[in-house]
Amino acid sequence: MSAAKDVTDANFQAEVLENSKPTIVDFWAEWCGPCRQLGPVLDAIAAEHADNIDVVKVNVDDNPAIASKYGITSIPAVYLFANGEVAKTSIGAKPKSALEKEFADYLTPSA
Amino acid sequence: MSNDLGPSFANAVNLNLTPVQAQETAPGTSDDAVHDVVIVGSGPAGYTAAIYAARADLKPIVIAGSVTAGGELMNTTDVENYPGFIEGIMGPDLMTNMQQQAERFGADIRFEDVTSLELDGEIKTVTVEDGTVLRTRSVIMSTGSAYRKLGLPNEERLSGHGVSWCATCDGFFFKEQNIAVVGGGDSAIEEATFLTKFASKVTLIHRRDSFRASEIMQQRAFDDPKIEILWNKQVTDIHGESKVESLTLEDTVTGETSQLDITGLFVAIGSDPRVDLVKDQLELTVDGTIAVDGRSSTTSIPGVFAAGDVLDATYRQAITAAGSGCVAAIDVEHYLAALDS
Repeated sequence: MSAAKDVTDANFQAEVLENSKPTIVDFWAEWCGPCRQLGPVLDAIAAEHADNIDVVKVNVDDNPAIASKYGITSIPAVYLFANGEVAKTSIGAKPKSALEKEFADYLTPSA
Repeated sequence: MSNDLGPSFANAVNLNLTPVQAQETAPGTSDDAVHDVVIVGSGPAGYTAAIYAARADLKPIVIAGSVTAGGELMNTTDVENYPGFIEGIMGPDLMTNMQQQAERFGADIRFEDVTSLELDGEIKTVTVEDGTVLRTRSVIMSTGSAYRKLGLPNEERLSGHGVSWCATCDGFFFKEQNIAVVGGGDSAIEEATFLTKFASKVTLIHRRDSFRASEIMQQRAFDDPKIEILWNKQVTDIHGESKVESLTLEDTVTGETSQLDITGLFVAIGSDPRVDLVKDQLELTVDGTIAVDGRSSTTSIPGVFAAGDVLDATYRQAITAAGSGCVAAIDVEHYLAALDS
């Protein structure tokens, strides 16, 4: 898992939906091997693009309401929220360059 | 348990080049060192090759993969058929052990991805995603295989919304639901059996009238009251707006179609060798695996060796991959010794 801040059912609204910055949410669980491998990749993206995005994580085991609300059935699931809505999704553990390509529109300062 | 494993510019070549035993290359940099061996991939084949190569003092560098390190066993649970573990061992534990064993002998394991390989000539070049360029006298390709997809139009769209390739990751989301597994090998039956811990019912869909899984795995499926087997059926469509709701099945004998209401579909129909990095450079077999000479790991290019699932269309077990990694490391040792003599 990543070193990102834990977000829960209770503070998802404030931390993600009301965040002024686009926010990448890493839906993960302890038992999910690929989730553990994806963690450091997301940490690197968070560090590199800190000015433009936030990266947080949601443990689906502890926070079933959020996972269920967004219909998560596969993890790792990486959802990018912008202006309170899902803007992009990426399923599965992917290398940094692949994720950066998928989320490219949000990783650079908006025009 | 199944373990069907189942991820430049070398121009000036000086034949008398003295290998520099500079093991440490800081990530993101390139050095002038010429390494003895770079191993691409880190399943049982890659790590076993690393153990042998490290013990032969070849100071192997393993490009283990940023998100695929450890290979397919990282997504499994009990491995019951890997010799030496009386009660079995968890797949991720087995792979972590192999990694640590390789590190104990000095293997330099990097959790990065290879972006390109230049295999011709006596010095090969391995380019890594962080920008590092490694020069090496030999390469072992142990990139394994990648899950096969059904190839249906709605499969991609509903992936992550009911279509899954990882039972251990996603079984949790299907508590008390009706789900299906498609496939007929050890992996398919292992997934089906694992998923009964969560699902109320698991339908195992197979396009033939018998499984190719081992007898012990088949019996587990037959004995499980939560598993129903549909023979001679293939999935021809997946339905659902925002998540999977049903499948269209076609009978492979009569051609008759039917509908199956399920909320999850786990695809376990085998895997294909991961050869994208080398398919234009190395000879491949008709099965798409890397072609090797007889029982050796020698590929069509001198100094390039292959190990594990990427050369194996037949056995594809953790233990055969490990054995194959050992073969590759010993072949590398002989190859380098011949160059030096």
